[in-house]
Amino acid sequence: MTTETNHSAIQFTPERLERAKEIIARYPEGKQKSALLPLLHLLQEQEGWTSVEGMDYVARMLDIQPIEVYEVATFYTMFHLNPVGKHVIEYCRTGPCCLMGGEEVYAHLKTRLGIDAGQTTVDGRFTLKEVECLAACGMGPVFQIREKYYMNLTNERVDEIIDELSK
Amino acid sequence: MATKILTEHINVPGIETFDVYRKQGGYTAVEKALKTMTPDAIVEEVKKAGVRGRGGAGFPMGMKWSFLAKPEGVPRYLVCNADESEPGTFKDHYLMKNIPHLLIEGMIISSYALGANKSFIYVRGELMYVIHILEKAIAEAKAEGFLGKNILGSGYDLELVVQPGGGAYICGEETALLESLEGKRGNPRNKPPFPAVKGLYQCPTVVNNVESIATTSWIVNHGGDAYAAIGIGRSTGTKLISASGHINKPGVYEIDLGVPVEDFIFADEWCGGIRPGHKFKALVAGGSSVPILPANLALTLANGEKRLMSYESLSDGGFATGTMLGSGGFIVFDETACIVRNTWNFSRFYHHESCGQCSPCREGTGWMEKVLHRIEYGHGHQQDIDLLVDVAKKIEGNTICPLGDAAAWPVASAIRHFRDEFQWHIDHPSEATQPGAVYRGEMALI
Ligand SMILES: Cc1cc2nc3c(=O)[nH]c(=O)nc-3n(C[C@H](O)[C@H](O)[C@H](O)COP(=O)(O)O)c2cc1C
Ligand code: SF4
Ligand code: FES
Repeated sequence: MTTETNHSAIQFTPERLERAKEIIARYPEGKQKSALLPLLHLLQEQEGWTSVEGMDYVARMLDIQPIEVYEVATFYTMFHLNPVGKHVIEYCRTGPCCLMGGEEVYAHLKTRLGIDAGQTTVDGRFTLKEVECLAACGMGPVFQIREKYYMNLTNERVDEIIDELSK
Repeated sequence: MATKILTEHINVPGIETFDVYRKQGGYTAVEKALKTMTPDAIVEEVKKAGVRGRGGAGFPMGMKWSFLAKPEGVPRYLVCNADESEPGTFKDHYLMKNIPHLLIEGMIISSYALGANKSFIYVRGELMYVIHILEKAIAEAKAEGFLGKNILGSGYDLELVVQPGGGAYICGEETALLESLEGKRGNPRNKPPFPAVKGLYQCPTVVNNVESIATTSWIVNHGGDAYAAIGIGRSTGTKLISASGHINKPGVYEIDLGVPVEDFIFADEWCGGIRPGHKFKALVAGGSSVPILPANLALTLANGEKRLMSYESLSDGGFATGTMLGSGGFIVFDETACIVRNTWNFSRFYHHESCGQCSPCREGTGWMEKVLHRIEYGHGHQQDIDLLVDVAKKIEGNTICPLGDAAAWPVASAIRHFRDEFQWHIDHPSEATQPGAVYRGEMALI
């Protein structure tokens, strides 16, 4: 990687920049690295995924080494390190949801989208990702798209959601 | 019976707003604490209450608080653990989403008792919508003078920060959580030093679960003795139970500790029984990490008495015939559930979530997942069951943090109580791998 990065490639929108400054200010003096996860979320919310350029931007903002950002971004599962479709479906694959029919509904979802976990539909609309327990086990099966939880899923409900998001 | 300490007002319309929460008597505990009590007096009440940590380990909260080091001129921190990622557990999510001010009120009281001026609520990143709810509630409380500088003219200052995680079960372990809060990978720390001495930013820190902290308003309002009068023996107070699986009414229930397990599963007040046409086969009583029990042992102790929903009763008999209350993640299985498949599923979870720092956990969880996978998919070897027992034994107690134990116990207990089911998979692979096939041999279904 070159050090001659184009500093203007990625930038927060003015509102997000404001928010980023507020976030950094809430930690004690010299502990601004604590803002790393919140800023990565802010970055991904804006860009859709977590690119190297974006991580470098966050590193500069926090005055830390880019490697400190990469090692964190790769540890946590929520950061998409590659471009993703418009809607990322994060499907809970853990035991309690499976008891509620989670595996059958998952099979239906995969057939409906024509993709497997980790893949994106050819039209770029959906990416499917398997995740572990989302703390909604009593309302399983469950998946999440961005901040929204979809619970008590059935094959019919999945079709409705996909139809809705395909419009 | 059925005291509602945390959930009394949870269904009141608008309870997520400051005004409605306040009308229901909210924030009176903050007023009482800051205006009439010293920090030490609050710690005393919490000790008297005997509340045990609701995050899973059950360590007495008052005792933890009294261990906090107080060197001059060094800030102290309170960190609320809202990482809630233990499979089967969804009570903190329920509480924070519906009645955010209850946690905020508890944070103010607890922070005051500990002498913290900046406190954190670390919420798993997937719950970003809950983070927005909490931030809104914090802004309201601040506007009303319950947060910020010189709260209610008491001279006490407090700032609350809501911190998102990034998707990692291990960050529920308190030292991994602190690392994560410092902007690092969630690798648990070696202990000692304990967080009470060197925690966040190397300063004295208390980490408590959402539900633990949320009890403090009631304790301040009613006194520790009143709290200790609820429950049974050393299991004082109420507990939120997240009920899931093959029951008629999954959901979060607040129970007085001491309710019989049988009543909790079968009474209409709680789970409402096993779904129609099915029978009770097995129970994971406290989140995926605790030992699984077959139906008969779940309901009765070895001496024939009823098993109760309490720390002591659930662990009665040790791991031979008992389990643990853990986080209260109560997962019920009927006869259609394949214990081998479920154990493989849980093993995959722990393998996926191991931070990788210690070899027994990193390698052992991988081996267990692999061996369980081949048994479940009809390629099991005769010696695989003993191999699993051996691997589980080698992980247990040999790791930096308890995730290793948490990964070993579900496997060891499933084999202890459902060995025939594993053997059947190995002996009858073509039958066992049919879609929906489940072992139907001898076992006590209730
Ligand atoms: C792997 C692992 C995951 C944990 N996850 C959580 C969690 O999600 N929430 C929680 O409150 N405690 C969790 N704990 C327990 C914490 O380490 C700690 O004991 C707890 O937050 C202390 O609060 P309490 O005493 O109020 O229960 C976890 C522990 C381990 C080993
Ligand atoms: S036991 Fe597992 S999760 Fe815990 S520190 Fe070791 S490798 Fe990491
Ligand atoms: S198992 Fe799916 S939300 Fe918990």
